[in-house]
Amino acid sequence: MHITPKIVAEHGLKPDEYQRILRHLGREPNLVELGIFSVMWSEHCSYKSSRRHLRKLPTKAPWVIKGPGENAGVIDIGDGMAAIFKMESHNHPSFIEPYQGAATGVGGILRDVFTMGARPIANLNALRFGAPDHPKTRHLVSGVVAGIGGYGNCVGVPTVAGECSFHPAYNGNILVNAMTVGIAKADRIFYAAAAGIGNPVVYVGSKTGRDGIHGATMASAEFDDNSEDKRPTVQVGDPFTEKLLIEACLEIMAEDAVVAIQDMGAAGLTSSSCEMASKGGVGIELDLDRVPCRETGMTAYEIMLSESQERMLMVLRQGREHVADRIFKKWGLDVAVIGRITDSGRVVIKKDGRVEADLPVGPLADDAPQYDRPYVPTPPRKRLSPVDVPGRPIKDALLRLLGSPDIASKRWIWEQYDHLVRGDTVQRPGGDAAVVRIEGAKKALALTADCTPRYCEADPFAGSVQAVAEAYRNLSAVGARPLAITDCLNFGNPERPEIMGQFVGCVEGMALACAALSFPVVSGNVSLYNETNGQGVQPTPQVGAVGLVEDWTKTATIGFKTTGDVLYLVGETKGALGASLYLREILGREDGAPPDYDLAAEKRHGEFVRALIADGRISSCHDVSDGGLLVALAEMALAGGLGATIDPVWENATTFLPAHAFLFGEDQARYVLAVPAPFAAAAEAAAKARTGVPLKRIGTVGGRALTLGSLGAISLDDMRARHEGWLPDLMEKG
Amino acid sequence: MKAAVVLFPGSNRERDMAVALERATGEPPAIVWHGDTTLPKVDLIVLPGGFSYGDYLRSGAIAARAPIMRSVVEAAERGVAVLGVCNGFQILTEAGLLPGVLLPNAHGKFACKNVALRVETSQTVFTGGYEAGQTISVPIAHHDGNYFADDETLARLEGEGRVAFRYVGGNPNGSIRDIAGIYNETKTVLGLMPHPEDATDPSQGGTDGLGLFTGLANALS
Repeated sequence: MHITPKIVAEHGLKPDEYQRILRHLGREPNLVELGIFSVMWSEHCSYKSSRRHLRKLPTKAPWVIKGPGENAGVIDIGDGMAAIFKMESHNHPSFIEPYQGAATGVGGILRDVFTMGARPIANLNALRFGAPDHPKTRHLVSGVVAGIGGYGNCVGVPTVAGECSFHPAYNGNILVNAMTVGIAKADRIFYAAAAGIGNPVVYVGSKTGRDGIHGATMASAEFDDNSEDKRPTVQVGDPFTEKLLIEACLEIMAEDAVVAIQDMGAAGLTSSSCEMASKGGVGIELDLDRVPCRETGMTAYEIMLSESQERMLMVLRQGREHVADRIFKKWGLDVAVIGRITDSGRVVIKKDGRVEADLPVGPLADDAPQYDRPYVPTPPRKRLSPVDVPGRPIKDALLRLLGSPDIASKRWIWEQYDHLVRGDTVQRPGGDAAVVRIEGAKKALALTADCTPRYCEADPFAGSVQAVAEAYRNLSAVGARPLAITDCLNFGNPERPEIMGQFVGCVEGMALACAALSFPVVSGNVSLYNETNGQGVQPTPQVGAVGLVEDWTKTATIGFKTTGDVLYLVGETKGALGASLYLREILGREDGAPPDYDLAAEKRHGEFVRALIADGRISSCHDVSDGGLLVALAEMALAGGLGATIDPVWENATTFLPAHAFLFGEDQARYVLAVPAPFAAAAEAAAKARTGVPLKRIGTVGGRALTLGSLGAISLDDMRARHEGWLPDLMEKG
Repeated sequence: MKAAVVLFPGSNRERDMAVALERATGEPPAIVWHGDTTLPKVDLIVLPGGFSYGDYLRSGAIAARAPIMRSVVEAAERGVAVLGVCNGFQILTEAGLLPGVLLPNAHGKFACKNVALRVETSQTVFTGGYEAGQTISVPIAHHDGNYFADDETLARLEGEGRVAFRYVGGNPNGSIRDIAGIYNETKTVLGLMPHPEDATDPSQGGTDGLGLFTGLANALS
């Protein structure tokens, strides 16, 4: 079959990229070879638009065992243990087929983690939907949430944290970012680099079918009005098989048999075999007649490009094939030796005794085109002064904010996720970060997912700094030492310079914040082309973060606990209302620059809060973010079922601030602490002993309302009705 | 007390259960493979939660026909205590050891949260650690927990005091008469939807579930 320009275009390859293939091969590729090149060089697999910028991210720290480049990042958590984690997008398939798209997103990220020898102990997710009243939104929310739950609940990995927000910019492209965290012995980590000439290549898991062919290519182009026609490219998940695969893989990894292992994710057998060969600097030869297939008559093209789920590729030590055979058959899974490692440096694919593809490994995996796409920085927005933003009655504004899409309780979502299985969940969803104990030990991991896209749209650099800083705060607020992050960079079409400008700004902001907070990026994923008919999503550099708790009994939660506890605000309040939720939800405006960041202050304040928690001196702690101080106080009151009396501190602020700016401003690096009265003096002394930690006494815990002096009182019942009512009303009424 | 936990393909709360049993008895349970045909000599057999066989066909339907289940049924008939939690409860109804069925939740969604349960009687090997009428808080995590039986069966269950636990202060799944757990005729087989094993340590936010395991350990040691 002659490769025409039309066939090249159908594979998502640009004419100059095809010329590059011809140069590498010195001949015309056949269709199988073209298909292999097209997926390996897709944006999704090759990071061809993003790679040169991703190099700017800090990826090292003394506790980083393995940074980006493997299936997931690995960090040392002491006692010979490692935490292994990564976040990944499944945006395009989830829009087209929300249940299966989201479910297979969870399945894929789980495999990235247990591929490395880790037992998955927690899942997280970050979801961005369109306007709540958009005709598709409810269908997408219910499908995505059911899909995430359907998969995670069945495999028995608790879904412990996440976030969810709504904005019309996501009407045509939702974001579904899923994260898995696993633990392993630090000296028993498995990597993808193939080694050992002659070693067998073993296929395990589900059979290969015709589903998901060209999924990676789909995720590398923008949508148009006919995107729903792409439904056949979405894979179908089987969490039951995944559960068996987890158990079988961890079982064989405990034996001395596995040289290398790689899951078959995007681009299936193609990318797993090419990447293993490339990382090991070896060749690989596969006989497709031995691949377990679900259907008869599958061609080499279909087998190589299928994205059937729940499959893994392993290189075993020679002579250990029987170990794989025994373990995988015990778990009722397919297992087949489908090839061997060679010294040829080539990927050779055979079927029916014919060579179907014979390609050099290097160009496929490492010599994908790299683009330095032109970009224009996002123009800075005007900074809003607090007095530029009109005030509205405080009580009404608070209630409206509590019942607004981004602040309203997401209980309707997380109660559909089994967040307790494995029995180690210490802090459940709904707080600043989840806390998951490490297999019954005192030690625990704190986990959070954070990003504020409206800030990133206003100022990609500052917004991305804020995403990292908020993750740092959320971990600190439960008492965890922030260790590292994974990221999921979701943007529109990078071929548009303004989108590329958002991307570059966000990467550079993330780099600055991660370096300043010693909070390296150890894994991640880039999702571009989240765009429909030229309308891109808000820039969304999603952060997933992991912190370490040495002793789970020394953690803090957000709920008020004891009447008489003294309330403190850590950090400075200047009344930052630009790009705030107050501005958007109360005044219907989305203008203004986002809040200033001060990473040195983030670090000082975070360290102060963590030290107080470790000393057992505080009752509750909450970071101040969306909706500002008053929303933070309301969330603490609702979580604890106990109110508070707030002093009119805004009236005697050193520089005058209107009440609404003080109470709803989203200034960064702030926390609210509730401190038992006997410890109040000690907490104040501890703040004074550190320079640059402003600590302001703002009130006292008690009662059934938030009482704000002359501004009135807002009852817990009224707040709860708004906060808990919004999402169930959206999903189940009308 | 010696205990065995049966592991089916797709079980996922066997670890939670093993940890809870060890907390109560100081001894880890034996883990028994679904494909085996014999059980070790034990005082308690537990069918744990999870999604055995992916809930394919009907939740619990395929597991009820696993090779090990013949031995479980025989042991139950001899009077060995059998506890089925969540998917284990579903398997017990499918295996005919308990009457009734567990339908999908009335609201159609998976539900994971703490619920309040009333312990209906303390006079069984399972509930000696509680007072009759006591309310305990334990989590649920299920999609198919909506217990249903015909009127005649319900009348018999109620008349014979075989309703073990009832939801109070809100029914999370639509189960008939707020039933959360039931016994067989001899009250030596218990099936319940909630997960007492996930409420056995302060780190889990409560220890109300521990009484079930300490009660069993006292009754069966």
